Amino acid sequence: MEKVTIKIDGKDYQAEEGDTILKIAHKNGIKIPSLCFHPDAKARSNCRMCVVEIKGNKNLQTSCSTKVTEGMEIITDSGRIKRARKINLELIFSQHQEECDDCVSLDSCRLLKYQKEFGAEINKFPDRKKNRKIVQTGPIVFDWTKCIDCRLCADVCPVEFLEVENRGADIAIEASSDEKKECINCGQCIVHCPVGAIEAEGEFEEIEKPLADKSKTVIIQFAPAIRSSIGEEFGMEAGSIVTDQMVAGMKKLGFSKVFDTSVAADFTTYEEAQELLERVKTGKNLPAFSSCCPAWVKFLEFYYPEFIHNLCTSRSPQIMMGGILKTYWAKENNVDPKDIIVVSVMPCTAKKFEVKREEMKLENGCFPVDYVLTTREMARLFKKHNIDLKNIEPEKADNPFGDPSGAGVIYGASGGVFESAFRTAYFMATGKNMENVDVKEIRGLEGIKIKELKLGDTILKVAVVSGIKNAQKMLEELKKNPSAFHAMEVMACPGGCIGGGGQPIPNTPEIRKKRAQALYQVDAEKKMRLAHENPSVLEAYEKHFTDKEIIHKVLHTSYQQRKKSEVKELKSSRGD
Amino acid sequence: MNIIQKIKDAKLTGRGGAGFPTWQKWEAVKNAPGEKKYIIVNGSEGEPGVLKDGFILENYPEELINGVKVALETFENSEAYIYLRKDYYDKYKSKLVELSRDFSITLTREPGGYLCGEESTLIESIEGNRFEPRDKPPFPTEKGLFGMPTLVNNLETFYWISKIAKDEYHSNRFYSLSGDIANPGVFEFSEDLSIEKILKETNNFPEKEFFVQVGGGASGIILTREELENKVTGAGAIIVYDKEKTDPKALMKKWIDFYFNENCGKCVPCREGVYRIKELLENDNLDLEKLKDIVFVLEETSFCPLGKGVAMPFEGFLGKIY
Ligand code: SF4
Ligand code: SF4
Ligand code: SF4
Ligand code: SF4
Ligand code: FES
Repeated sequence: MEKVTIKIDGKDYQAEEGDTILKIAHKNGIKIPSLCFHPDAKARSNCRMCVVEIKGNKNLQTSCSTKVTEGMEIITDSGRIKRARKINLELIFSQHQEECDDCVSLDSCRLLKYQKEFGAEINKFPDRKKNRKIVQTGPIVFDWTKCIDCRLCADVCPVEFLEVENRGADIAIEASSDEKKECINCGQCIVHCPVGAIEAEGEFEEIEKPLADKSKTVIIQFAPAIRSSIGEEFGMEAGSIVTDQMVAGMKKLGFSKVFDTSVAADFTTYEEAQELLERVKTGKNLPAFSSCCPAWVKFLEFYYPEFIHNLCTSRSPQIMMGGILKTYWAKENNVDPKDIIVVSVMPCTAKKFEVKREEMKLENGCFPVDYVLTTREMARLFKKHNIDLKNIEPEKADNPFGDPSGAGVIYGASGGVFESAFRTAYFMATGKNMENVDVKEIRGLEGIKIKELKLGDTILKVAVVSGIKNAQKMLEELKKNPSAFHAMEVMACPGGCIGGGGQPIPNTPEIRKKRAQALYQVDAEKKMRLAHENPSVLEAYEKHFTDKEIIHKVLHTSYQQRKKSEVKELKSSRGD
Repeated sequence: MNIIQKIKDAKLTGRGGAGFPTWQKWEAVKNAPGEKKYIIVNGSEGEPGVLKDGFILENYPEELINGVKVALETFENSEAYIYLRKDYYDKYKSKLVELSRDFSITLTREPGGYLCGEESTLIESIEGNRFEPRDKPPFPTEKGLFGMPTLVNNLETFYWISKIAKDEYHSNRFYSLSGDIANPGVFEFSEDLSIEKILKETNNFPEKEFFVQVGGGASGIILTREELENKVTGAGAIIVYDKEKTDPKALMKKWIDFYFNENCGKCVPCREGVYRIKELLENDNLDLEKLKDIVFVLEETSFCPLGKGVAMPFEGFLGKIY
């Protein structure tokens, strides 16, 4: 790419040809407001908030979509620009029903931020979308009374479930009624909506429910990817590790036990590694697909049922943890499983769907997990109780499921699941641990990573994929060449769970990178880095998971071809 | 002499409204790399008061086809589309098919409304996509229909190309005259004629107080009796309004209803702004502050020419007439 020199507000800057004005401005700390732009999608340039003056152009131009050229002279702030931004913002407010108190984006709301900056009147014009519908499918709630028609959600939805309908002022984003389209609950639409028009079921009403029943043993578990992201909700840098602060907060809220889902990830690794080796040995059901991302699983069940048998049958960590607690742990501690409530804190909205899958039910009639809170909901619960993770004395998670291997922690980043499984599979296949357990070649935020790894005498060809669109590409590839690789890890969200639909907003590539790096840092600093060396795992297998049958009942599952779920119309907007 | 040089020497500008030098588009398409090239005749004429494309289709279809032929000869491996608004298509289809039999010319019936006349929206509509404008660059001349270099010219432009090729062009254009006048219709005059001259030449100069809208019937600019020495811009329409007879609010409503129905809904100033102007006009007291604010963002920040077009009549109207 050619280097060019441009002038912004009278100062020279170096840029690469092809970069947009907005990108260069942000890189250099020059503030330009934007609503419809997100680095994960191509510029749609419809909000017209990012307008700037460019010398030689009669009218204002959008900086999100205008590429720099040599000698371009740009002004980012002037009376004319301010006026235009203010008026456009007021027009945007007029189509957005404000319900700020219980809004997913309250803390990150750019509308409110710009409102102050430009002195815009929120109610200059009457809300015109008051009577638009609020609909729900699975755990995802679309509140079209708030939608500002920016279309980011439709652009990032990997299955084109969100469609742009009608024209002019009647334009509307709608949940598809096409029988061939199904929402996979990934929540990417939520974390990309600039105005909080989409949320997960229960984001506001139900967060206290699990704590209300005092007669029960209420246990909380938290996913690997939470520890490096929840701090953002308390003003910390992305990638700040706050595991022990979070544990302390959970204890303060009154949970009986706080366990780390990363320990359950060690169980998952143990099971998955065996499955992988078994399949490689017998040549059956190859390639083996990872199965811990419920959005990916649902995608496969609905769109590509012919590949269901490729999914590993190992349950996802949160489900394993729930099952272990309501069988083994209940027995050890003499508690009736029916008196245990398991709450999961997940970076994920699809996990809300996963816990309701019938096939997860245990023999004793219990669902392994009773409630799922997203990272955002957990933070909200903390804040409601004045718990600030910045100012809290750290505490350790409880035994026996409080201390994971490093492998269990990296589950939160794309590549982590396979890296963990590989470390353990290597041991199982060769009888030795890897000399250096880092499998760096499959790390990083790239959407598709295809690598060959040496497992003893076998060369394993693996695909590590994040993003459903990328997964789809690989499935199409597999249709043509079924033996293209031995194993495929798929995470629905960009970069894996660190970019999950339940994570704090904003959720940008830069932020995801920091969240992921932090998890690898935790792993690197751990003494215990291998799932098969985790003493709590080994003890559980020794004491309880002794035969195939019981292992199968608690730690494995089955899948089914799925039909479209109902898109329900909710009567009124939340709150009234 | 090569045709592009001839067009350049003739100083022909596009007759669709934007007034862009035609030779520049031709040269851009000629030089753009692409295994195939497309030529599109934009006959989607959709603004009230603009009638000249229909006039050419009715009277000079041979010239039009000849203009397209010139383009087909100029661009290697090219194919042409004649894109017509629905009623023109229905009326002139058989004639045009007959005339274009020996060339790779496809007739297309415009599937949407006025916005489909915007060149990138037109391309989207032929490709079967939502009728919405594309971001530019890339311009259609680099990446247009099906990703190939594409020449989009107004139907009248092709008429004049034919004339230029035959050395019969003398800087004329077509004018559509309508409104409160005695002799409405389409007339051909030099492009240098003033509005006043045109009105007089056609025996249309009103006796009573009046103002005119020039360019197009919705996007045209407003000029008063004192500003008639100007030349006609845009798509060449002159609409005369009898000042006494014209209800200013009703006129504004007419414009805004047009844009309310025709905008695509993509960008904030146009989607929301037009909605709000319509709302403001329904009030007994017109809030001029708000109206001017919206007109300002329409002009400054709309995504495509349609939104900017909304601002055009209002800018002159507020102040001069209202
Ligand atoms: S949750 Fe995922 S699949 Fe469902 S609409 Fe949102 S982005 Fe699309
Ligand atoms: S729901 Fe949100 S992301 Fe989707 S179009 Fe509306 S405002 Fe944009
Ligand atoms: S990648 Fe993680 S956060 Fe995203 S849907 Fe899958 S499990 Fe949930
Ligand atoms: S200006 Fe109007 S017609 Fe043009 S893109 Fe915006 S909404 Fe659509
Ligand atoms: S951020 Fe550029 S137009 Fe919306």
